[in-house]
Amino acid sequence: MKKSNISQKIGFFVISLCLIATLFFLGTILYFITVRGIRSISWEFLTKPPSGGMTEGGVSPAILGTFYLTIGAILFALPLGLACAIYLTEYTPKNIVVKILRISINNLAGVPSVVFGLFGLAVFVKFFNFGVSILSGSLTLGILILPGIISASQEALTAIPQSLREASLALGASKWQTIRKIVLPSSMPGILTGVILSIGRAAGETAPIIFTAAVFYMHGYPKSIFSEVMALPYHIYGLMTEGTSPEKQTQIAYGCALILMFFVLLLSAIAIYFRQKQRRVQHG
Amino acid sequence: MHRVRENIYKWVFAIMAFASIIFLVGITITLITQSFPLFREIPVKSFLLGKAWYPTYDPPEFGTFPLVAASVFVTFGALLVCVPLGIGSALYMNEIAGYRQKSLLKPLIEILASIPSVVYGFFGMVIVAPFIQKVFNLPTGLTAFTGSIVLGIMATPTVASIAEDALSFVPKSFREASLAVGANRWQTLIKVVIPSAGSGISTAVILGISRAIGETMTVLMVTGGAAIIPKSFFQPVRPMTSTIAAEMGEAVFGGLHYNALFAIGLVLFIITLFFNILAEFISNRYRLKLGAGR
Repeated sequence: MKKSNISQKIGFFVISLCLIATLFFLGTILYFITVRGIRSISWEFLTKPPSGGMTEGGVSPAILGTFYLTIGAILFALPLGLACAIYLTEYTPKNIVVKILRISINNLAGVPSVVFGLFGLAVFVKFFNFGVSILSGSLTLGILILPGIISASQEALTAIPQSLREASLALGASKWQTIRKIVLPSSMPGILTGVILSIGRAAGETAPIIFTAAVFYMHGYPKSIFSEVMALPYHIYGLMTEGTSPEKQTQIAYGCALILMFFVLLLSAIAIYFRQKQRRVQHG
Repeated sequence: MHRVRENIYKWVFAIMAFASIIFLVGITITLITQSFPLFREIPVKSFLLGKAWYPTYDPPEFGTFPLVAASVFVTFGALLVCVPLGIGSALYMNEIAGYRQKSLLKPLIEILASIPSVVYGFFGMVIVAPFIQKVFNLPTGLTAFTGSIVLGIMATPTVASIAEDALSFVPKSFREASLAVGANRWQTLIKVVIPSAGSGISTAVILGISRAIGETMTVLMVTGGAAIIPKSFFQPVRPMTSTIAAEMGEAVFGGLHYNALFAIGLVLFIITLFFNILAEFISNRYRLKLGAGR
């Protein structure tokens, strides 16, 4: 055999090994969390609050809390993100404006999540005096997912053929009518994909809500947007670092990790499936 | 009348579009103003180079060198895991996998990239740490080494996904030209495809670094949390992010410790900003280069 063919064999073997190792590690995580977590899951676990000093009962307040925080984050980020995407693609501002916006969106996307937490603490919790609350946490998470919503919406809007817009304008519709009646409805699937991905992101983030929203234990359920909340990701952290009976708590944490992981993976699987389908349609 | 309304809509969108700039500027201003009181008491130099972090002692010491060193340590270790695995996986998907295999693997990797960091941290605590403690016979499994491995595994799907995007941007004609002059597939990959996707791949690596430095939950749960200058990979460390997350709860609002944690946030923000701008700069040049090749 030629020397170059031997090196090809070795090279291909090494990169195959890399892929196998990657899949193995990720598979190990899925396996352990699923197999050990499933023992915790029961109807009670999903619907009852914790009891017996965090060693028994369910985690329903944490599930509900994560739900509230995520909805709040989307309600805040979606209008802003969509407006930004519409402005960039439909109103095509000057080049320099586009450039500045793009740089700040990209850099916002790269800010570490714990820094968002610091910002939320200083601005929402202290300055606006919202306290440690659903509102503060939602706003903080909203800023975190904003860049993702903007780029997904932008991708969806630019995929709409120019001819659709021109047809609408030629019929005498104004720019705003064209956006509302033509562009937005046809780009809706793409925008929704971005929203679904962002829900998964917001639900799994822990660092931004440690100082702004989450508590390890609270009595009953939150009463208003100014209440503190329990949240699934923070609950996992709390169970592992606080409390007095590590063994029982670890088992509950397995259950929480499984719920959170399953939920986030399901959302991103749905979103990526739809994105794949849309891209295929666009590229013929 | 109609005109006026159209103009109003335009301005509403424009104003909302500037939200992301406002937030970025807001974050910068917040970090600076909140950490400013610290620098009136302690010179910037001893904050950055001080070797002792004892925020609750009397008098307190706010030297962040051990924390920065821990971050660099853990991030470097994570890179040793995620760069070969991520890029290797990307090469496999791009070169060896057939159409059907790739259309299964790529989405799978992207889906796995979304597993929340707290789940990785939890996995590191209950599975990886005890394993490492046993294998290396250590007093504790919560070490910089454990943090590096878990963080590296966590960043691998992201690096793989971005690197594969970069590889698939390389024009087909490059590959065909190389094969036509008699190079085999491996030579083509090493000498043609990887160099032309080089800046895209380095963007993937830089974004991986920036994400690893800024990652909080995994290192908070897995690295053990001792604020000492790391001497070996097998001891507990406390990176910048976990210092902020772990100590903010006990810091008095408006006190020096509180300000010091914001100052760490500022350092972290500047470091990640630098890497993000670097990545942007490289990927811009890359687009120009390949654009000319097409």
